[in-house]
Amino acid sequence: MTATQQKAGEAKAGTKVMTMLEAITDAMRTEMRNDDRVVVFGEDVGKKGGVFGATAGLFEEFGEKRCFDTPLSECGIIGTAIGMAVYGIRPIAEIQFLDFIYPAFDQIVSEAAKMRYRSGGEYTCPMVIRSPYGGGIRGGHYHSQSAEAYFCHTPGLKVVIPSTPADAKGLLIASIRDEDPVMFLEPKRIYRHGKGEVPLGEHVVPLGKARIAREGTDVTVLCYGAMVSVCEAAAETAAQAGRSVEIVDLRTLVPLDEATVLESVKKTGRCVVVYEAPKTCGYGAELSALVAEKCIEHLEGPIVRVAGFDTPFPYTLEHLYMPDEKRVLAGIEKTFVW
Amino acid sequence: MAKTKTVKKAPAKAMAKAAPRTAPKPAAAKAAPAKAVVAKAATSTPTSMAGTSGQGLVRLLEDDGTVQKGKDPNLPEATLLFLYEQMVQVREFDRRMLMLQRQGRIGFYGPILGQEAATVGSVAALESRDWIFPALREGAAAMMRGLSLTEAINQLIGNGADRCKGRQMPCHYTFKEGHYYGMSSVIGTQLSHAVGAAMAARIRGDDVVVLGYLGDGATSANDFHCGMNFAGVYQSPCVLFCQNNQWAISVPISKQSASETLAQKGKAYGMPFVRVDGNDVLAVYTVTQQAAARARRGDGPTFIEAVTYRRLGHSSSDDPTRYRDEAEVKAWEKKDPVDRFRAYLQKRGLWSEAKEVAFKEQIAQRVNDAIAAAEKNGPPADETLVTDVYAHVPQQLKDQLADVLALEGRGVNQGAFPL
Ligand SMILES: Cc1ncc(C[n+]2csc(CCOP(=O)(O)OP(=O)(O)O)c2C)c(N)n1
Ligand SMILES: [Mg+2]
Repeated sequence: MTATQQKAGEAKAGTKVMTMLEAITDAMRTEMRNDDRVVVFGEDVGKKGGVFGATAGLFEEFGEKRCFDTPLSECGIIGTAIGMAVYGIRPIAEIQFLDFIYPAFDQIVSEAAKMRYRSGGEYTCPMVIRSPYGGGIRGGHYHSQSAEAYFCHTPGLKVVIPSTPADAKGLLIASIRDEDPVMFLEPKRIYRHGKGEVPLGEHVVPLGKARIAREGTDVTVLCYGAMVSVCEAAAETAAQAGRSVEIVDLRTLVPLDEATVLESVKKTGRCVVVYEAPKTCGYGAELSALVAEKCIEHLEGPIVRVAGFDTPFPYTLEHLYMPDEKRVLAGIEKTFVW
Repeated sequence: MAKTKTVKKAPAKAMAKAAPRTAPKPAAAKAAPAKAVVAKAATSTPTSMAGTSGQGLVRLLEDDGTVQKGKDPNLPEATLLFLYEQMVQVREFDRRMLMLQRQGRIGFYGPILGQEAATVGSVAALESRDWIFPALREGAAAMMRGLSLTEAINQLIGNGADRCKGRQMPCHYTFKEGHYYGMSSVIGTQLSHAVGAAMAARIRGDDVVVLGYLGDGATSANDFHCGMNFAGVYQSPCVLFCQNNQWAISVPISKQSASETLAQKGKAYGMPFVRVDGNDVLAVYTVTQQAAARARRGDGPTFIEAVTYRRLGHSSSDDPTRYRDEAEVKAWEKKDPVDRFRAYLQKRGLWSEAKEVAFKEQIAQRVNDAIAAAEKNGPPADETLVTDVYAHVPQQLKDQLADVLALEGRGVNQGAFPL
């Protein structure tokens, strides 16, 4: 059992044991109560409460004015969200699956991301785009992709990916309060897995601060989202073989907590980067470059990437595509024996 | 290599070569003359579109299967029976596939209960050389074009015999010999493909029209608007067929569009449009045939809105009771397209209770056999993870696969699709 998994009823005072999904709903509810500028919209987020249930109860509590269904147009969802943000309210736009965000790509990269810069800071675009992403749910090509790198490659956007229920809540609240557009990407595979204690009411986890998910001395594993628990399992197995693994859960890819990453790698002298997106030009490539550039003199082995394949996302062979404990362990070994 | 000469009439190209394996219909399609009353509606002018929801709806059969006076298109018996049999078959197939999904034998399923007439009637109105660009719920079209039930189930399972090699979620059939396009899950994208394919057919001088499908939700997507606009501007020889089943997952049509009808969107793009009762297979067949004839004559595209209803959840993972009233569903059950058409056939003496019983047994057996055959097939080979990304597998992909296969132990595919 990992630190993030707890049984119901064990919650400390002022906390509640929740799934990540429940924590995400709780974050929106909390901020909608706190700040009447916050509105939530997207396809099926109203009465249905979202296809995964992330907005369950918001329509009932806040009414259609603040939680509403949209026509089937991602471009329309993001375009109108930008207009709202520019005008001064705080939209949270849900894109049903990250795989369907491309009709809105232009609005995100050309408009939202550049708003502040192009207007000399006069107009800004504080909004959150929430979207489930990643594999592991038998969703095939179009319900499984990890597209974070496109957004990380777009200056002006922040990119946040939680891996625990408590972080999901705290990071989402921080994202809603942020002054810039935030891509809040939710690892749907762990939406309902690994319940954890989540503080009730106000709970903010600042953007740009990584989390040491496990302390270790021999090798650093950098990861985020659903890969964190995969890496935790691998670390447990590696420990039995005498390898002490440190896991850094990045939490926010942009802005990146460089200090924590570099400090850990300098300490252990080895680095494995784990991500489920296609390997080439994935976010892990950036991490590898960073580590090579800034602390190569501390490295005792190659920086190893464990990633998805450079192919579209499969359906039946998903289990071969996704990095798993076995592949992470092999990656860890490669930093010792190469 | 493409030849540079322009082919005026192209009778048998690669695409025309593979005839559908079933379907005794092409001759029948030609035999049915267009009825004036429908033709008028189909070429709607601004005046005829001015109606509200009820008005302007092309309908030939009453709910009880009585044909409206003077409106029987008098389709040949073979065509009528083909339509009925296909509708019954897809209904049974649908029912069984949903059961397989519930039993965990397939991962997901998107049922079409209630929409059988819209799909079957429109596909049957085309020639077998015409191309089909489906949306979510037109799998029956592939089967009508000759995709065997076993092959369809191979796709649903995603096994090694599946034409898309287990790479797509269920209901994403592909069937090139039947000119049935393999779609993505991204709503609306196939529409501009349909328009472009039809433009290509004209460039090549082929006597081919294209039928592109979409749902009511898709009319909000960017690709709908560019597809419609290009179709209008280039007078693309296509028929764009919207299955307005009233819902896009939980979003009702009233929240999807403020337009009085979806059909009238055709007007803005400069094309004839028609609104047809999608649960009336005769009406669907007739208007689609007229639209296809228009495209074939070189008179450009038509936009068809088929008014129908999605009686079950959006998919095997949806619970519609969360967002819609069961009374609405009940009301649409009364307009059942299969019952309505059976009543018509019985009134004409073409069908009987005895035939029904025997036929249903036959269909059930056909589906059973197909399930059994499909379930014999194993999973796709590991190599299929890296083939077909490009024409040739790059070394880098071979290496990525080899690295993973070299590891001990094999993971299993877990998880359940939640939508
Ligand atoms: C671009 C895009 N956005 C969202 C989705 C998720 N989604 C799948 S089907 C669907 C509703 C489709 O409604 P409609 O076009 O009416 O077709 P129907 O399901 O009723 O046949 C949605 C929102 C998607 N597949 N693609
Ligand atoms: Mg619909």
